[in-house]
Amino acid sequence: MEGRRMQRFDKLPGTVEVSAESTAALLRELVAHLRENRTQLREEWVRRIAESKLLAAMTREEIFAEATSVYDNYVAVLESGSVEALQAYARDLSERIIPRGVETHEVVGIVLLLRDVLARSLFKKYQSDFGLLNRVLDAYEPAANRIANTVAVSFVQERERIIRQQQEAIRELSTPVLQVRERLLILPIIGVIDPQRARQVTEQLLRGIRANRAKVVVIDITGVPSVDSTVANHLVQTVDASRLMGATVIVTGLSSEIAQTLVTIGVDLSKMKTVGDLQGGIEEAERLLGYKVMMEQTADKLP
Amino acid sequence: MVTLVKSEVRVPINSGADILTARLEGRQLASEAGFNNSDLTVIATAISEVARNIVQYARTGEIILGVVQDGNKRGLRVEARDDGPGIPNIELAMQDGYSTGGGLGLGLPGTRRLMDELQIDSKVGRGTTVVATKWIR
Amino acid sequence: MRVPILKQGGYLIASIQSALSDQDLLQLRDDLAEQAGRFRSRGIIIDVTVLDIMDSFACRTLRSIAHILRLRGAETAIVGIQPEVAFAMVQLGLALGEVQTALDLEEGLALLNQRTQLGNAGEK
Repeated sequence: MEGRRMQRFDKLPGTVEVSAESTAALLRELVAHLRENRTQLREEWVRRIAESKLLAAMTREEIFAEATSVYDNYVAVLESGSVEALQAYARDLSERIIPRGVETHEVVGIVLLLRDVLARSLFKKYQSDFGLLNRVLDAYEPAANRIANTVAVSFVQERERIIRQQQEAIRELSTPVLQVRERLLILPIIGVIDPQRARQVTEQLLRGIRANRAKVVVIDITGVPSVDSTVANHLVQTVDASRLMGATVIVTGLSSEIAQTLVTIGVDLSKMKTVGDLQGGIEEAERLLGYKVMMEQTADKLP
Repeated sequence: MVTLVKSEVRVPINSGADILTARLEGRQLASEAGFNNSDLTVIATAISEVARNIVQYARTGEIILGVVQDGNKRGLRVEARDDGPGIPNIELAMQDGYSTGGGLGLGLPGTRRLMDELQIDSKVGRGTTVVATKWIR
Repeated sequence: MRVPILKQGGYLIASIQSALSDQDLLQLRDDLAEQAGRFRSRGIIIDVTVLDIMDSFACRTLRSIAHILRLRGAETAIVGIQPEVAFAMVQLGLALGEVQTALDLEEGLALLNQRTQLGNAGEK
């Protein structure tokens, strides 16, 4: 069958009709070649990785183990044309090696090295027929480039995901949801807050209510210079969400200007407990907590 | 330019039970895409609302879920499609301030607050398509 | 999946165990109405700790449950709304209105103790 194919190509030197079937057939052929020569090509690749001093953070055994998986995945994608499995593998690999300190240029570097090692192997195999070699490369190169691209992008995305997680953790540490008494949380808000940060602060407050079993929350906005409708809505949402979790909310530090703005925006201030300053708010909170304790004691006495 | 990252997940909506299926699929897909816990709940809630609209007003339809990419941003696209009666006045349906309360009618303003983008295409007698997208921040 | 309801003195405690279909919620409403009447319960706790979302239907149904139970002389408390769920609810614009909420079962029982001991304070 190969003989016949080669004959057809020889009929049209210089101009080649490449059908989808012939590309597919070529890919199958080179996939078979890459599988047959797996051991030797993989070793060649690992040798070049060591030479280039990439993946310095990993041991030779680790590199070999990952190289085996990458090689097999690479060939599988050439065969199937589908990158989904490769994406999943690349993300998984990235998750493992990023904490080890492996960087983007290293990952891109090793995938390109593999591409080169395999390409050289194809040059060697088809060197006697330049026309066929060209057709083989026409089939191989787009697929190989797609693979390199997929691995690089997956790695970068995974890195970005990890960075986001770390940023989230840092933001949590720097957001002051303070527990000053049992069952009482204070959230002082300072400065101008963008919507994303506002959302994050609210989420943290709500988690704090659960973790501390808070019954009263004092939100102090003394440090907020002005409010627009976005901020106002956000405040109302925070109050409502806290109440859904069974906490009473007291808003303190409401200047008369801000109160005016809120009313103009249409916020129903009667829904919110407000107290002039933070100190007053804390006292009110303690009163509420003390009051509740008293009520429970009285209730216990009833039959 | 927004592109689809992998193949979409389609959930036929024929009854109330399918609402649960749609939001579980949505939660799964969003989790794989990399959304945090809070966003998973928000997305599942939005899917529940639009799926519920299908059941309530059109009786049958479809929810199509897909992970999308726009440059560096990755997100989840939720499409709710039906051949129901259509929305006579889309602008009116989208009007609702938070302070006046929600939970009535189609819940579309609420869904827009949950998601980052919302587009509605609806013709009376022909059906409705709602497309909502949320991006990973 | 039917929600199990426990009787504890004059209270009923309904503990939701998994994601509920619309049908399950309506069944819960009927079960609570029936049992509250049968046992002359003074207070009902619905524990939604496990619910992964609260959408408009769930919200409406819980409000109607509280309304029906109040007509039968029982106060209702919803407990265990999770932070993410509370957040999504307020963004969607859902409100539980007059329905009491508490952090967890313990707080819910304390709340019901207050409300039912106070007698006609529950009427407001």
